[in-house]
Amino acid sequence: MKSFSGKALRWEWREGVTELTLDHAPANEIGLAMLEDLERFVAAMVSLAPDTAACIVHSERKHGFSAGADLRELYHAAAKLSEKDRVSGVRNFLERIHAAFNAIDAAPFTTIAAVHGVCFGGGFELALACDIIVADKMARFAFPELRLGLIPGFGGIPRLKRDLGNAFIRDLLLTGRSINAARAQSVGLVAQLAAEGEALRIARATAAQVVKFDGVTRAAAKKFIKPIPYEDLRREIDIFCELFARPAVMAALKKFVESTDAMPYLP
Amino acid sequence: MRTLEQTTQEVLDLASKHFNVPAGSLAPEDDFFKKLGIDSLQTLEMLSRLENHFGIELPDYEVQGVSDFRTLASRIQSRL
Repeated sequence: MKSFSGKALRWEWREGVTELTLDHAPANEIGLAMLEDLERFVAAMVSLAPDTAACIVHSERKHGFSAGADLRELYHAAAKLSEKDRVSGVRNFLERIHAAFNAIDAAPFTTIAAVHGVCFGGGFELALACDIIVADKMARFAFPELRLGLIPGFGGIPRLKRDLGNAFIRDLLLTGRSINAARAQSVGLVAQLAAEGEALRIARATAAQVVKFDGVTRAAAKKFIKPIPYEDLRREIDIFCELFARPAVMAALKKFVESTDAMPYLP
Repeated sequence: MRTLEQTTQEVLDLASKHFNVPAGSLAPEDDFFKKLGIDSLQTLEMLSRLENHFGIELPDYEVQGVSDFRTLASRIQSRL
């Protein structure tokens, strides 16, 4: 399927490049709608792959790439369930997310995340599943999960461990602070910086370069350099579910959902 | 090295320019949420602009609970 338009995203193939556009109001929160569309994309990758050298993942939403997991949906869904069913429900969701993100991580074509604005939590984790991150100067990256009594659950920590130094990861995770694109580039997280609003253009230029290379060689090189940390990813799901079972987490989610705080997105 | 007054003025000028508020209409003691009409995601945008302009990093938790330009400028000043 060379093009598709869903509730939360769409994709379009043109001349060796697939553009996957996230477009789910308000800020590409990752809940069921986004997950189902990502699963459709993963299923379509089989037919897209032979003719795709590069895939650009970017956002149509004004505020940024993605604000992360849909915490409102998570809270309201969990609130209806018993404690036991809540944990098994969240585990099921995480396993589906991991399957989708792992497939994107291992895709035989080069994946480029073009990031602007907020790239938080689950949104940051989607960007980390990509091979290359291009970010405009106004992009911000964060893992604010600790303020909810959780750790990132969509594969973020294993992927950061794969790519970056532990001291930097500790700073991000244990303070929950957001960092700007320049800082992200200085530590090697962001490959290229773009002027405001120019991340997609630069991602397209990068994709046009990638298209020139032999597909078999490109896929072999990527597989060699980019191991998928499956064991750590499974362990992350287990830790997340253990933490999710604690009453403090539902209380923190409730507080976020009901917040009239001027800055609910800040840790 | 900038003085706090200079830093404060630069914060006001930057906010005025990027959030389309008339130059000179902002005062150090103003609440930036109310005067600029911004939400939390736009606050993050302002944080990025301030960091890029002053060449610093300003962790979000330094801004938590801060709503006036003068206090924001003092947080920036301590990182110059």
